[in-house]
Amino acid sequence: MNWFRRPGFWLPLILVGLIGILPVLTGSAATREVVFTILLSIVLASSLNLLLGYTGYVSFGHIVFYGLGGYVGFYLISSRGQPLWLAMIAGGLVPAIAAFLLGRAILRLRGAYFALATIGINEAARAFIRNFDPFGGPVGMQLNFQVYTDYGGAAQALWTTYFLALGLALAVLLASYYMKSSKFGLGLMAIRENEDAAEVMGVVTPSAKTWAYVLSAVFPGIMGVLFFFKNGNILPGDAFRLHFSIEMIVMVMLGGSGTVLGPLLGAAAYQRLRGTLLVTPVFRNVQLVVAGAMLLLIVLFIPQGVVGWLRERVPWLRKVLE
Amino acid sequence: MILQVLGVDKYFGGLQALSHVTIDVKPGEILGLIGPNGAGKTTLFNVINGVYPADRGSIKFLGESVTGWKPYELAKKGLARTHQIVQPLNDLTVRENVMVGACFGRENESLAKAAVTADEVLAFVGLADKGPQLANSLNVAQKKRLELARALAASPRLLLLDEVLAGLNQSEIGGMIETIGQIRQQGVTVIMIEHVMHAVMNVSDRVVVLDYGQLIAQGTPAEVSDDPKVIEAYLGDPKLAEELAEAARRLGEE
Repeated sequence: MNWFRRPGFWLPLILVGLIGILPVLTGSAATREVVFTILLSIVLASSLNLLLGYTGYVSFGHIVFYGLGGYVGFYLISSRGQPLWLAMIAGGLVPAIAAFLLGRAILRLRGAYFALATIGINEAARAFIRNFDPFGGPVGMQLNFQVYTDYGGAAQALWTTYFLALGLALAVLLASYYMKSSKFGLGLMAIRENEDAAEVMGVVTPSAKTWAYVLSAVFPGIMGVLFFFKNGNILPGDAFRLHFSIEMIVMVMLGGSGTVLGPLLGAAAYQRLRGTLLVTPVFRNVQLVVAGAMLLLIVLFIPQGVVGWLRERVPWLRKVLE
Repeated sequence: MILQVLGVDKYFGGLQALSHVTIDVKPGEILGLIGPNGAGKTTLFNVINGVYPADRGSIKFLGESVTGWKPYELAKKGLARTHQIVQPLNDLTVRENVMVGACFGRENESLAKAAVTADEVLAFVGLADKGPQLANSLNVAQKKRLELARALAASPRLLLLDEVLAGLNQSEIGGMIETIGQIRQQGVTVIMIEHVMHAVMNVSDRVVVLDYGQLIAQGTPAEVSDDPKVIEAYLGDPKLAEELAEAARRLGEE
């Protein structure tokens, strides 16, 4: 494949690579933490985009897979003494299986009913974990800091997780690009535009939707493992934070849902804005209000997001921005 | 028989939309399906292609019982349809719309092959230059052609056309009829619902008439348009009754 002729393919990867290399160049832990948050947002937003952007199903509780993956991975590392790589695999697999089973049930619902069901699932998962003793119940779990010695000490472990997060972000974008330009993706977009018509044309909608849901659950699960491993402790309230779900939607919508580049730009821009707001005294306590207001404005004025808007206005950009 | 509809009933709550409808469709023919508004024609299409399950009766397609099949299962077996109210995939290009039909239809084509098929089919229905446009930028006549292109791209055995002529002007109707004739020449069996009486009478080999969900007449166009039961069914609609009479007269002259 002459991939260099496809800017839609390499542009997102190069952008993430550029952002990702910043902390390495400066060697600064502070920069690394900022970029880690951006990478985390890119993974979450791009994953959600597989469902929201390509398939047209709004999941309001997508953070449930991040929390679930985080808990499973954390449990394996802290209570079972398993290595990080195994935790990452399990942290991706368990949410995938959960999404498969849940999808069979709730993907029959359309529109607002599906969105409501996903909120219900997130709340149910949090309530379950809060009362599940092996996972520490309401007080969660802590990592014994001895664990980090296997990874060359705490400082080194932080860098390792950082690079893993960078790799994961690149993997999500690759998956997003290949999904979009595949037959599977075409079927999903047909479902997004008109599910009944897609069915009549032969798109096997139940399985297509389920696989989109499964894929969109894998990456947040792995990201959850990385974040909570780095964090050192996990709590039900941190893992299943509903407003993260809403922020994910804001990022996707801001950048442009249904595009590869959009969620990446949206995630980066939103996290920069959020960082600024958090250190601005007036906005510190109301940064979520800003997220809500942004969502409202986007939906009202540029529902197609920045990338979608650019593609509409500047025809030659359609070849560059996917 | 390519399609056998046997004693099909369909209820919507207390309303019986189809009662004991039995139709046989021979391979290669064009079957006209006519009847006054609300007669159950589109409902019959929806039952045939699995959008609604039949409440009673059975459907056989290509010799296999397909009662209770899903629309996508039927599509893969070789059934394609157009919609009375056009259903374009608005945010996809015209070409992508047709590729969906080719990719997921009977041939199950790869993306690359579907792109070639899409261009061929678009040229066939006269939308060759519209490929890169978004589907929602088309006008109604073009959207009707797009519906047809999507259905054809699946290379179906049986094609259900739901009022493809409605809303078209005279010259567009002429063009569409020509296209339908060419489709038949490719060996595709066609059932068409149509209100444009002279068109359906001219193009069909056989015509079946539905009224209040019941099959009240079937036969050649000439037989059907002379049938008193059919004329009576259309009496509630003077304009259509007149068209029917007009069609009967023309057929008589030939």
